[in-house]
Amino acid sequence: MDQRHFDLQLSHLKERLLLMAARAEALINTAIEAVRTKDAAMAEHIFALDREIDRMEIDIENEAIALMALHQPMGGDLRFLVGAIKINNDLERIGDHGVNIAQSALKLAGEPDITPLVDIPQMSELALAMLRDSLESFIAGDYEKAREVCRRDDQVDSLKRHVLVKLSMIMGEKPETIGRGIELILVSRNLERIADLATNISEETIYIVQAKVIKHRFEDSQ
Amino acid sequence: MTAKFDIRDLSVSFHGKPVIRHISLQVAANGILGIIGPASSGKTTFLRVLNRMNELEQGSSVTGQVLMDGNDIYRSEVDAVALRKSVGMVFALPVPLPMSIHDNVVYGPTLAGISDRGRLTELTEKSLKAAFLWEEVKDRLNTSGLRLSGGQQQRLCLARVLAMEPGVILLDEPCSGLDPISTAKIEDALTELKRQYTIVLVTNNTKQAARISDETAFFLMGELIEMGPTNQMFTAPRQKRTNDYITGRFG
Repeated sequence: MDQRHFDLQLSHLKERLLLMAARAEALINTAIEAVRTKDAAMAEHIFALDREIDRMEIDIENEAIALMALHQPMGGDLRFLVGAIKINNDLERIGDHGVNIAQSALKLAGEPDITPLVDIPQMSELALAMLRDSLESFIAGDYEKAREVCRRDDQVDSLKRHVLVKLSMIMGEKPETIGRGIELILVSRNLERIADLATNISEETIYIVQAKVIKHRFEDSQ
Repeated sequence: MTAKFDIRDLSVSFHGKPVIRHISLQVAANGILGIIGPASSGKTTFLRVLNRMNELEQGSSVTGQVLMDGNDIYRSEVDAVALRKSVGMVFALPVPLPMSIHDNVVYGPTLAGISDRGRLTELTEKSLKAAFLWEEVKDRLNTSGLRLSGGQQQRLCLARVLAMEPGVILLDEPCSGLDPISTAKIEDALTELKRQYTIVLVTNNTKQAARISDETAFFLMGELIEMGPTNQMFTAPRQKRTNDYITGRFG
């Protein structure tokens, strides 16, 4: 069967989301690098990257709303468009968390390290891998992979708790590190939220593919 | 749920050719059942089975049971004409009789022996109001029904069915030739009417079934593929073939 015009438009929307996800991933990588290298110029660059993601969000949202109005989709197509609108929003918020991290990077620039950065780069790697895999599962309609991404969220949560405990101890012993310690705790908090948003994307993928709602542990109560 | 119709293992054939195969389903009272499906899926035949109109065609054969309010309508002692009074039907093309709006509405009751003028006037107003047509025609009830617009003619046909005070209304593609406003008026009327009647609506317009039916059944090649609450059928159908049909990928 020939691919319908509507299917082509859905594919186009998918490609735009994928491009937006790649931009969001690059933004987070840059923000963490700015924290690590204390590079203020790099942190400033993040704000421009985020503005681009914001523009993409508006374009994608308009495109999805137009497809809904013009085609009045049902069944799997309807779930795809609703899911795409939510994923679009999740990606935009990931960009915002990157901006928060960049703001912390600006405050940390020029200041000495209070401890070698080990957990935060690891959290960043885990969260970004979750983001990549959640997007791959969305594109491929692979709900098993999406469920696997959801399960990985606990690792990031536990690293965040570890960062909090470790930095609290240092700040207790050396009060002069409190300002920098709080910034690093905020960075870990933003990375943890990014992993949550990757989890949301996976949950939305499961809704699109299987029509099942698993968020808020809703599935367990069914 | 109270079932108005309980259909058990229904099969219908014409001259030995099966048109409906082993369908079992229940039609809830005071609700709208939408039946969707591509051409030749048996939708219209199913509708005509519910008031035995299929018997008007030669070579028709029915097996299985069709219970209405618990009674099999295919028992030999059931009077098909009386059945059709209580199970009215509106067709795709509005066919007003070549007479006034008033006479169109009371045609059935008059044939059925009602002659009291007051009663007929009352039936006319009540039926036209229920069909959402009264306000547009109340000042010209003596005008010919043929002078109404297509949408008004279809509502007149609905009023004609309602004047017989049936318990069930069957509709076969009632809005196929109508503009969106006329379609909306019919849909509004049906949504109100379901409080008092059981409605079965066959439609090629899946979005119409989505808008107004409480339950939706998907027919394909004479089989019932899936039936469920309309909300679920159009957001998360269980069968791939249903999803393919409602998303326009079928065929």
